[in-house]
Amino acid sequence: CEGHAVPQARLLQSDRRKTVNSPRCVYMLISSSFLYLSALGMAVGHGIRCLSQLAELPELHQMMRQTCRDYAQKELAPIAAQLDKDHKFPAKQVQELGAMGVMAVEVPESLGGAGMDYLAYCLAVEELSRGCASTGVIVSVNNSLYLGPILKFGTEEQKKQWITPFTTGEKVGCFALSEPGNGSDAGAASTLAHQEGDEWVLNGTKAWITNCWDASATVVFATTDKSLKHKGISAFLVPMPHPGLSLGKKEDKLGIRASSTANIILEDCRIPLGNMLGDRGMGFKIAMQTLDSGRLGIAAQALGIAQAALDCAADYAHKRTAFGAPIGKLQAIQFKLADMALAIESARLLTWRAAMLRDAKKPFTKEAAMAKLGASEAATFVSHQAIQVLGGMGYVTDMPAERHYRDARITEIYEGTSEIQRLVIANKILKEYQQ
Amino acid sequence: MHRSSEVKHVASYLNTRGCECFGQPCESHCPVLTDRTIHVQLKTFIKIRVKPDRTGVVTDGVKHSMNPFCEIAVEEAIKLKEKKLVKEVVAVSCGPQQVQETIRTALAMGADRGIHVEVSGKDYETLGPLQVSKIFAALAKKEQADLIILGKQAIDDDCNQTGQITAALLDWPQGTFASEMTLEADKLKVVREVDGGLETIKINLPAVVTADLRLNTPRYATLPNIMKAKKKKIANVKPADLGVDVCSRLEVLKVDEPPQRQAGVKVETVDDLVGKLKEAGRV
Repeated sequence: CEGHAVPQARLLQSDRRKTVNSPRCVYMLISSSFLYLSALGMAVGHGIRCLSQLAELPELHQMMRQTCRDYAQKELAPIAAQLDKDHKFPAKQVQELGAMGVMAVEVPESLGGAGMDYLAYCLAVEELSRGCASTGVIVSVNNSLYLGPILKFGTEEQKKQWITPFTTGEKVGCFALSEPGNGSDAGAASTLAHQEGDEWVLNGTKAWITNCWDASATVVFATTDKSLKHKGISAFLVPMPHPGLSLGKKEDKLGIRASSTANIILEDCRIPLGNMLGDRGMGFKIAMQTLDSGRLGIAAQALGIAQAALDCAADYAHKRTAFGAPIGKLQAIQFKLADMALAIESARLLTWRAAMLRDAKKPFTKEAAMAKLGASEAATFVSHQAIQVLGGMGYVTDMPAERHYRDARITEIYEGTSEIQRLVIANKILKEYQQ
Repeated sequence: MHRSSEVKHVASYLNTRGCECFGQPCESHCPVLTDRTIHVQLKTFIKIRVKPDRTGVVTDGVKHSMNPFCEIAVEEAIKLKEKKLVKEVVAVSCGPQQVQETIRTALAMGADRGIHVEVSGKDYETLGPLQVSKIFAALAKKEQADLIILGKQAIDDDCNQTGQITAALLDWPQGTFASEMTLEADKLKVVREVDGGLETIKINLPAVVTADLRLNTPRYATLPNIMKAKKKKIANVKPADLGVDVCSRLEVLKVDEPPQRQAGVKVETVDDLVGKLKEAGRV
């Protein structure tokens, strides 16, 4: 993987010196609260203060979290079961979220976004996923996978054309990297792009593309130079619908059924030269960096699902009586609830830390992989145990536990399987200990 | 319709003493079965418990948030501002430090500035509609407000008095239980929900209006507005500064949970029913 490869140990040392001799940092903390966020960012970067800042989120983030939580409870949770049954895209809710600024959290206000940081985005996705996991993934894909790379690698012209209309919730985007022949093996892209005059012509098939049936644009990765292997992949922006681009049948999935997943088939799909994102051959790097951030969105989604499952189980433990008392009095149930809460809280702190590192523009690849791995495994564990706590009730659709179980499963697979996350983490660790 | 001169600003009084039971009606002391709570299916709720010394309910660790009727009041005020019928919306709340969070929520919805009237400790526990109305009347005179919109009642005490007492203290007309309000020239047309149906009245400004459930649906704060709210000012005021004495004229003797609901008795005929009622001394 590409990387920011400064070993952790060396980083802390240099920052320690900065902490002692940095009056600028103190000034920022004293001055207006509006600068609090950047102060927080700086403090995060100084390693040592990082942990104490996590005692409580900044007020802005707390308010934002509360707003998203209220919205999820009132507007998403009541319809989530029906959306799941009907495989229905929550168009109205996506528009409302767009109006709130949640569909483009990190996008600067000048382009129509909310202009907030990645920590705020993770909080938003977690709270929304707590209400409806499908809505959470729709928000996440639009923010991290579609707007993310364009924001980072797009030209000013491209940003205006491909970002601004996608901030309002009217339009959503998608991200086309995986193919029927390769998922984790992203370097082996067999979708080809060749130049004909003043157009790029794309041919190939992309698989497992979230949002594609409801999207108005996509970031597609195609090989421009087969001989260069993964350095020969480039990224392209393709509007949808478009001649030469067609969609496969909607996959009938186990979970997150309200979001559409299908193949994107490109047959002589012609796009202007200006639609290339970044430079020729940069595609793999763009994909990997995008997924680094997207990972946090999925970690947040997994946290939301896990939290919803825990809410369900804990509530049931109070109400259900057996052996003459609420089952919450039984140690077997108590141990389960404790393990569930521990798993969620650990993963949450990892996610927040990775997000804060990213906001401070520090290397965050390892932490992001840990967050995604931790959160997705927490989600499957917690939702599994939640069904166990609910007993028979957990197995039927009357209670949401079975939906959380189904929704949680995909978080260990997409945007980097758990196995890939382990490889990423191991890679970073070995580099740190390089002889 | 532009009204740049007459209506200067709308003050919206927020009650923060309501408890947010994650939307689910909590038992005994907060019997709110409004439409808003019915929407929520996520059934986590805080059980309201009476303190062991029976002087009140346990408030430690219970999350406090804006009273639902006050949210509706704030929304109405902001709607008036968006229609350019009022110049400024001021959100006011009385209580300890935590109420600042609630004022910020109002600012995030679109209010222009906030006033926090600091009342804490013992004074806060005994704070009731009379004292709040006095504070509010004093503030209204000081700020030269033209319109005061409050929630019709707080969902923790269900008093339904503050709006009415405030209007009386200021000698202003009042439009309570408003389900619709329209500004027409310098008069306010208010449609009130009363027991018999809907009553439409026209009152002069300045006036006090209390919001009922169907007045509007409050908006969710947008992320950009939440960020803007950080920069808006919340002024700090003490009741003494307004010349108000918050000493309570009421003493709470005891607080009890409602009696447990007993099982009923089924009877076969009307005669049996009448017989049973006579036995119980009810007839």
